[in-house]
Amino acid sequence: MTALLTIIVLVFITVAIWQMVKIFDLANANNENTQVANDKDNRVNGYLMLGFLAFIYVITIVCIVKWGDLPLMSNSASAHGPKIDNLMIISMVLIFIVQTITQFLLYYFAFKYKGEKGRKALFYADNDKLEFIWTIIPVIVLAGLIIYGLFTWSEIMNVNEDDDPLVIELYAQQFNWKARYGGADNTLGKANVRLIDIDKANILGLDESDPNAQDDIITTELHLPVGKPVLFKMRSQDVLHSAYMPHFRAQMNCVPGMITQFGFTPTITTAEMRETPEMLEKVANINKIRLEKSKMLTDKGEEALDRYEFDYLLLCNKICGKSHYNMQMKIIVESQEDYDAWIKEQKLFKNSLVQN
Amino acid sequence: MSAHADTHDHDDHGHHHKETFVTKYIFSQDHKMIAKQYLITGTIMGVVGVIMSLMIRMQIAWPEEPNVIFEALLGKWAPDGVMDADIYLALVTIHGTIMVFFVLTAGLSGTFSNLLIPLQIGARDMASGLLNMISYWMFFLSSVIMVISLFVAAGPAAAGWTIYPPLSALPMAQGGSGMGMTLWLVSMAIFIASSLLGSLNYIVTVINLRTKGMSMTRLPLTIWAFFVTAIIGVVSFPVLLSAALLLIMDRSFGTSFFLSDIFLQGEVLHYQGGSPVLFEHLFWFLGHPEVYIVILPAMGLVSEIIATNSRKPIFGYRAMVAAILAIAFLSTIVWGHHMFISGMNPFLGSVFTFTTLLIAIPSAIKAFNWITTLWKGNLQFNTAMLFSIGLVSTFITGGLTGIILGDSALDINVHDTYFVVAHFHLVMGISALYGMFAGIYHWFPKMFGRMLNKNLGYIHFWVTAVCAYGVFFPMHFIGMAGLPRRYYTNSNFPLFDDLSNVNVIITIFALIGGAFQLVFLWNFFYSIFYGKKTVQNPWKSTTLEWTAPIKHIHGNWEGEIPHVHRWAYDYSKPGHDDDFVPQNIPLKEGEEELQH
Repeated sequence: MTALLTIIVLVFITVAIWQMVKIFDLANANNENTQVANDKDNRVNGYLMLGFLAFIYVITIVCIVKWGDLPLMSNSASAHGPKIDNLMIISMVLIFIVQTITQFLLYYFAFKYKGEKGRKALFYADNDKLEFIWTIIPVIVLAGLIIYGLFTWSEIMNVNEDDDPLVIELYAQQFNWKARYGGADNTLGKANVRLIDIDKANILGLDESDPNAQDDIITTELHLPVGKPVLFKMRSQDVLHSAYMPHFRAQMNCVPGMITQFGFTPTITTAEMRETPEMLEKVANINKIRLEKSKMLTDKGEEALDRYEFDYLLLCNKICGKSHYNMQMKIIVESQEDYDAWIKEQKLFKNSLVQN
Repeated sequence: MSAHADTHDHDDHGHHHKETFVTKYIFSQDHKMIAKQYLITGTIMGVVGVIMSLMIRMQIAWPEEPNVIFEALLGKWAPDGVMDADIYLALVTIHGTIMVFFVLTAGLSGTFSNLLIPLQIGARDMASGLLNMISYWMFFLSSVIMVISLFVAAGPAAAGWTIYPPLSALPMAQGGSGMGMTLWLVSMAIFIASSLLGSLNYIVTVINLRTKGMSMTRLPLTIWAFFVTAIIGVVSFPVLLSAALLLIMDRSFGTSFFLSDIFLQGEVLHYQGGSPVLFEHLFWFLGHPEVYIVILPAMGLVSEIIATNSRKPIFGYRAMVAAILAIAFLSTIVWGHHMFISGMNPFLGSVFTFTTLLIAIPSAIKAFNWITTLWKGNLQFNTAMLFSIGLVSTFITGGLTGIILGDSALDINVHDTYFVVAHFHLVMGISALYGMFAGIYHWFPKMFGRMLNKNLGYIHFWVTAVCAYGVFFPMHFIGMAGLPRRYYTNSNFPLFDDLSNVNVIITIFALIGGAFQLVFLWNFFYSIFYGKKTVQNPWKSTTLEWTAPIKHIHGNWEGEIPHVHRWAYDYSKPGHDDDFVPQNIPLKEGEEELQH
């Protein structure tokens, strides 16, 4: 159906172009003027410049009003999240101001000084003072942004080991994620993909002789206790992947052959996040869309879509092959008690091995 | 032909070359013909690249639905009209490669460097016509190989245009990493060789073959831009070549430059000790300067066109040159901003944030100087001028979000989302494309002796301008909402369901914008043969190329090459009746050349 629609639109456009070409050709046939812009062209295009300025402003406003309430601006669920969001908002406001002013000058000048026969332009080739001003202003503004940015960056990237973070390995492979917890000793056992033994179900290549590995726990869902610093150690077994956790403002590539890391402290549990007014509204909106889509599907005799409930997600954000678009893991942030109860139910590594 | 570098007369010109069809149109060593060859090859590659982008957009907007266009164009890759996930990634990869290298590097810089360097500096031809010819034919060969790679049974290269290993190195990891990737690498290696030959030629020509009086400070900004672009190319393209060669060795000869500790499809591979991060460094050492290789020539063309059509000197010539040089220098020390979260040391990230944000300063100078050039001008809205103003506009809009992406702390969350896609498409894709269109509309009379139809040009510009903003402005917002790029479909993430209507809107704008490029193509090919005949200097421009005869001759000028007596921007100079004074007109008595 959509395809048909697309084709009809394309055919329509082609015919329209063809017609326009014919009209212009006919109009030009009796016209001895060259193809250089004349006063009428300058006037028409001058007004179009003004119209285009209005178009840019309208599309900006529409985008901000309709899609400006973004998870990126609110709803951050980690301790460092608000710092990134603050910096983002400051940068955005700055960009908005500069964009509004410069685009105005550009299109307004284009309109105001549209050419007329007989007028002479001002011979104005240089003004050191002016150029100095618009060099120094960006220098000052950028210096501020750079300093603010660098402080934020180093705060985020420097993991404080004194906080005794919960150490979790994120393990990436085509096309799924695994998490590995250090167990009671909070220490991950040694591992290398060369030690993978599928027959024994040692799928992450843990060193079976390492005492630290014995109580490791491997899961397919990521549970985090709220308020506790977490340090992720990332590993990949095949190609590059990227562990992207947008709600926590966290991302780091997983690189075969090396271990990368990223740390943060989750601050809002999944249950709390589901109850925030922004999230309730967002989920209601999504479910409305899904309901409409389901109707279309059931009409065609296909299965309806499930109702959506919010969950934090870990996404793969580095092109990794065919099913890159479906490489995800659920993240659940919960109270310490719930977390303890959950982790107790999980199998320890030494018990998960298949003994032949 | 390099003998024509000689600035003295050529009485016997035109007699000692017997030209056959082959030497005139195919294996030509004449820079003007080579420029046309680059332009037409680039245009054809551009059509391929744009069709791919429209298929990508249709897939994103209507992911599960069969589409007859897919069925027709993709064949076995779209059974029943539903696009395959592998071919989606291949389309993304080849679209990026074609647009960045084949259209906006070779098609843009190759065309206009070749056309304008000898004509604007007053030379008979390039320093070496033979190298120039070889450069074009290597580019042609690499284009052919890239197109052939689309028909490989296991699929074309599909690891993204950045071809990060291990994905690109291991055919087991992805079908496209087999023969498709081999052809991609071979094509790019030839392309790089072609680009290096061209760049060396441009540099030597600009340094050695300027006509009498054409000092470096009298060069038009176009030439400055081409010259500096060629230098960046010579510095950075060899690094990509070495990366490609090392990757070929990893793929074919079992070395481990970029690979280590890999377990794939049930077996441990032998690779040990390499690092994919090394590849990222090598790739972006070219990859980042590459965006300036793309945008600087466009900026040069636009500076020239804005001055001519404003009937005013370009404002702040010295600052413009300084900005080009500053951008060129900084462009080689910012590559790490593509790798903030690659696993490299966070301290390095700080350094690259610092250098990256510095680039905003020369960029701001350029933008302000263009705007000031318009001020109190007498603007002639020829199509080229519209596209030039369009470039300034999209360069500002796209460039400003660079402040966010260049900031390592902010990059964490928008890295590899559609925010990035929107940013670089506006700041280098659309902007450079506008520069290329502006150049074509402006120098078409010089190339073909005929004019493009202006009304079709106006339609082309205004629809393209509206659609470009319609596509890329909303795209920033879905990126900020966290939507990753290069996803075949988002339907596995209900989290993003509320963005699906935005994607449909974007795709509709893209389809309309894409369709209206047909207006340009028609205008272009029709006018080559049937356009209105041009006068010698249709835009009343000051630069030397307009003093050359309309009909192309070997050696560019009959008789002596004009001497240069003034800078390139004497528009509306007080004391002259005309509102332009060509560079070859001597100073009047008592007239002073502007100190610049």
